[in-house]
Formats: sequence, structure tokens, C-alpha cells
Amino acid sequence: MSEKKPKKKRPPRTPMPERAPAERARDFDEVPLGYSPEAARREAARCIGCKKPRCVTGCPVEIDIPGFVARIAEGDFDDAARLLHETNRLPAICGRVCPQEDQCEKECVLAKKGESVAIGNLERFVADWARARNLTVHGECAAATGKRVAIVGSGPAGLTCAGELAARGHEVTVYEALHAPGGVLVYGIPEFRLPKAIVASEVGALESLGVKFELNAVVGKRETVDELLGEESFDAVFIGTGAGAPRFLGVPGENLAGVYSANEYLTRSNLMRAYEPDSPTPILRAKRVCVVGGGNVAMDSARTALRLGAEEVVLVYRRSRAEMPARAAEIHHAGEEGIRFELLTNPVRILGDDDGRVRGMECLRMELGEPDDSGRRRPVPVEGSEHEIACDAVVVAIGNDPNPLVPRTTPGLATGRRGNIEADEATGATSRPGVFAGGDIVTGAATVIEAMGAGRRAAEAIDAYLRDGS
Amino acid sequence: MPRIVSRNPIAPDVVRLEVEAPKIARKRKAGQFVIVRAREGSERIPLTIAEGDAARGTITLVVQTIGRSTRELGALEAGGEARDVAGPLGVPTEVERYGTCAAIGGGIGTAVTLPIAAALKAVEGNRVLGVVGARTKELLILLDEMRAASHELAVATDDGSAGTHGFVTDVLKAFMEREKLDFVFAAGPVPMMRAVAETTRAAGIRTIVSLNPLMVDGTGMCGGCRVTVGGRIKFACVDGPEFDGHEVDFDELVRRQRLYVGHESDQCRMKDAP
Repeated sequence: MSEKKPKKKRPPRTPMPERAPAERARDFDEVPLGYSPEAARREAARCIGCKKPRCVTGCPVEIDIPGFVARIAEGDFDDAARLLHETNRLPAICGRVCPQEDQCEKECVLAKKGESVAIGNLERFVADWARARNLTVHGECAAATGKRVAIVGSGPAGLTCAGELAARGHEVTVYEALHAPGGVLVYGIPEFRLPKAIVASEVGALESLGVKFELNAVVGKRETVDELLGEESFDAVFIGTGAGAPRFLGVPGENLAGVYSANEYLTRSNLMRAYEPDSPTPILRAKRVCVVGGGNVAMDSARTALRLGAEEVVLVYRRSRAEMPARAAEIHHAGEEGIRFELLTNPVRILGDDDGRVRGMECLRMELGEPDDSGRRRPVPVEGSEHEIACDAVVVAIGNDPNPLVPRTTPGLATGRRGNIEADEATGATSRPGVFAGGDIVTGAATVIEAMGAGRRAAEAIDAYLRDGS
Repeated sequence: MPRIVSRNPIAPDVVRLEVEAPKIARKRKAGQFVIVRAREGSERIPLTIAEGDAARGTITLVVQTIGRSTRELGALEAGGEARDVAGPLGVPTEVERYGTCAAIGGGIGTAVTLPIAAALKAVEGNRVLGVVGARTKELLILLDEMRAASHELAVATDDGSAGTHGFVTDVLKAFMEREKLDFVFAAGPVPMMRAVAETTRAAGIRTIVSLNPLMVDGTGMCGGCRVTVGGRIKFACVDGPEFDGHEVDFDELVRRQRLYVGHESDQCRMKDAP
């Protein structure tokens, strides 16, 4: 018998079952199918239960990751769900759209030795388990404080803030400009990545905590923040209005018929359900679609175009694949489904036909030069590399600026250069007492979970403000 | 949900709805609009607030029922409810003491012009010359209301069945020959607004038009309503809907409006157009 203990072979990460690219690329049903209970337990058992779990430090809302993962490994999914919901009010959403590879999973000790625990997949499993069984996972609300808080915007920051404040006994009303709650979760992220029924279910859970939703309420137009604090007699206001003002390229031809912002393209398809055959909201069913950009929104737009029936979808990005801000999984999914990547390519003009409709894009080849402010290598045009890409629709997905409606109508609210609201990172406190802000309206376009983290921190600060006025 | 207080057909395929919306009624100013959905699943339709009554807590909308979603809206009965009404949106009209003003409405655009004529007339020192035009007599709308909102009202029909036989621009030219105009407002079909702007351009009369591009959210989020004004991109929903008529790229506006011609919601329009 050998004295040497054989090195224990760590089981590989449990893959997420997914629908085949050819099948999924033509409909709007969800792509990943979710773990089975067996797969979840198998994956959870890979966690080595670090004494000082680094994964938690990688999570913007500091979920007790080892805790809920251990419950899964034991097969106690109900308890895992309760534990998960203690720190994360929207786990079914985070499990789907969080960039775990840059957060919890990046910090996982196993990642250093190979493959991290699939924390995101496990989070999604537990959240879906609870939802499918209608488990009551939210704890009891604290006794009513009699304090009233208005939340402006029902995206991830607003929803999280609302839930935390309601649980602390405050009376919460969420003001949403559109006709459905969820913000970017309903207008931006497509059904195949985040089914709208999940958002509706999370909103329903907040309603059961007593949160009221006032839809079609455009704050800054119908009521101002000052009126919310004045005649509407709220004790505090949280602004989570997001980064909703689309950037355009600033090239000739950008107003041709058939050029969309990603916001418009995705809103028509998602919120207005233009992909359904009987939807009254039209969307161009283009044969060849060019999407400009390299982030998650660009991937969502490209994959939406495919599902709307495009024969070819070309994603044009001015840097190389390594600089793409999109999640690796999304780039991978898009590639699998047949999206063509034209990297190191930059549009300089959108070309139209005699009727003013898009017929193509004139582009330049780029090469990477010295790093710029973002630390990424700056793309530099290659002289004489003009070429045309034929297409009949263009979707511009190069980012969003903060929505100016609320900052412009709230006197005394300090804003930054890009029109973002200036707020304390730890508390969300703004230059106006009683007015807090968080999410993309403060940071510029970022992630769902970061907005949720800001909403959660602001809720704690608002709670303290309401209790002792500090 | 917002209750329909009254419903009155006022011309073929044109319905006037009084909708309960107390907060909007209190806040709205001339030139602003709302976005309405008749029922779950309906398209979001931008509609100018033709009149508002803060005391009654209602706003008045005039709907041309030519597409699927507008017909759903026009079919709502008094006592019924619209699914969604969001607003007031857009920048209010700059109402000042201009002097002599022409307030021109063409067809359904008269509903847009009415509140602006009324607001102009409310300013002491303004004299408002109202102009209402349509293809034919039975398509003229809001004549009594426009008469009340003007010091003088002129009517033009393409076929001569009422008022001047000709276009609103013929009436406008007659006004310009008669006296000096200080301010012109026009709302209606794009060719009409363009013609008004061309009529006043040489004389340098300040001319404001109210644009009606395709729109989705109405809050500056989608940019679908972008128009070129003075060589710069503007969003009609948050920067407008009113712009300097001498600066608007009307050709581009028309091309962008035609994007979905042939779509199902548009086919209704083609088929049902009188």
C-alpha cells in the first residue's frame, strides 16, 4: 500500500443545460434550462466551505453564499431559498443576469485552481425552486413606522430599495414612468435571457410586503421631487431612474429610417412585445441587421434581431474581442447562434437609399494603439480601409447617459459632468437632505447587481435618516 | 385606471374623449401631450392634451381612429376605462406677449392648436387669428372652441365646401398681406406645416410647428422620435414636440414616419381612410 495519499480529483463544474443554438435562435424562450435538483446538489457539493469565504466579498449585496450553497448540498432547498432572500430580494433575476464571473465566482478559491463553483447557476436554481412552489421566503415586515418613502424608478435599484424599506416597516410607493414595473428588466433585457414572468413575480412579492406601485407616473413631469416631499408628504425620496438616454454615433445618416437605438429596438420587442405576431407595435423585420457596440445590450440586440427573423446579423465593434464589455457567456451565446462579429471595425457613415431607408454602413478598419483612459487599448483607424457592409437596419448599442428628467427638475440636486446625480457611495445621500439616489443614475450604465447593491445601501441609510433624522 | 368621462364623435373617424386624470389636468400646460394605451397589449399612442379642466380633474383628447390601437381607444365608451395615461409630457409652448399671432390647425392637428390659441389669447396684448383647415367641411373639427380661443377665425377647405376654397396657407397669406404677423403656430399634416413654414420664411416671422414623429416611451429613453432641427438631433418627446418650423428637416421627418407603412397597424389606416 502506498504511503502517498492519492490526490483527490475535484469533480468538474456542472454545466448548465441549454437549448441548442439552432432551436433557440428563432424564438424568444429562455436559453439556459436551469439545474435539476440532482445537478444542483452535485454542483453545491463542490464548494469547499472556506473559513473566510472570498465569494461573499465579491458580491455587491454580500449574499451568504457558502450558507445557501451548503443548504443546497444538503438538499434543503427551502431553507437555502430563505437564506438567499435575506440578502437578495431578486435572486431569480440575479441568477440570470449578474456577471458572476467578475464577482463572486471570480473570488471563489476554486477559480484559482480551475473552475469556480457555479454560484450564479445555484442562485438561479434556488430562486426558481422557491418561485415554482410559491414559498414565502420574505420574512415578516417590521412594525409600521408611519414614515413614507417615494421611490422614483422601478428598476433593480428602486425595487431593491423598496423591498428593504418595506421590510423595515416604512410605507413605500414606487413611481414608474412606463406602464409596467421593472425598468430595464422589462424594457431592456430580452425574454430569452430574463423571462418577464420572473420580474412580475418579484414585483408581486414586493406588493405582498405592502409596496405600492404607481405606474405611468413620470416624476419630473407630473410631480417633481419637491412635490413628493411637499404636498405628497413623503419623508424621503430615493431616485433610481437609471441610465436611459441613448447615445448615438454622431455619424451622417444616423436618422435614416431603419436606424434604432438599442433602447428603442429592445423596448419595441420586449416591453411592447413586437415579436408576437399579433402585436400592434411594429418593428422592422430586417433581413440583414448591423448592431454597433460590444456590450451586453449589443449582444441582446443582435440576438433579438436574429429571433425577429433576420437572415444575417453582423455585430460591429471598434475594438477586439478581448476589450468587449459584454459577459463572456453572452458573447459565446451570440457566436453560437450565428451572429457574425466584425471586430476592429468602426462605422463612419450610414448609407441610405432614395427613400431614406438604410441600405448599409460605411466602415473603417481599426487597429489597437496605446491604452486610453479606460485602460483599454485605443482603436485607431487604418488609413484607406473604407468598406461597406450591406444591411437594412442598424441598431446603435454604444451606451446610455443618465436620464435627465429628474435632475433637471430638482433644484439644488448636485450633478456631475455627464448629468449623473452625485451621491455618497456608501449611503446614496445627495446634496439634498432626504433625497437619496443610486444605480445607473449615479454611476452611469453599470450592472443590475451593482444597482441593487446601491439600492440596498441607500435603504439602510434612509432607514437611519427616518429613525433619527441623521 | 383612468375613467372615460365622456365620448363624442366630432367628425368621421374622429372621437373626442374626456378622461379623468386629475394630476395631469392640474399640471398640464399648452403644448404638452400624454401617452395613452387603450387596453393591455395596445400600442402606446402620443396625444396632445387638447383641453384640461383642473376643477373637474379631466383632460380632453382628440383621437383619429385610423389604426388598430387608436380604434381601440376611440371605441372606449363613457364610463369605461383606458388602461394607461402618462403625462404631461413634452415642453410646454412658449407663450409670450407676441402681438398678432396666427394659430393654424389642419385636420386633426386642430386639437393640437386649440390649447395654444387659448393660451396665446389669455396673454394681454396678443391678438389671435385662428385658422382651421381640412380637406372638406365634415372633417373640420373644434370650430366653436377655436372661435372662442381666437379674436378672429378663418376656415379653409381644399374643396371649398366651407370657408376659403384652398389651403390654410392661402388664408395665412391673406393675413400677411393685410397686416404684420409677429408669431405663427401650426399643427397638422407635415406637408401643411412645411407649407406654413415656407410661407413665413421670407418675412422672418417666428413660426413654431408641433411635430408628430413615431414615439414609444415619450420620456427620452428610446430616441425613436428624433428629428433634425437646425442640423442638430432633437428628441421630439423631451426637447419638443414644438420646434422652429424654419429649422425642421421635414423630408427626414416624413421618411422616418413612413418606416412602418405596410405594417398591420398601418394597413387599417390605408383601408379605412375616408
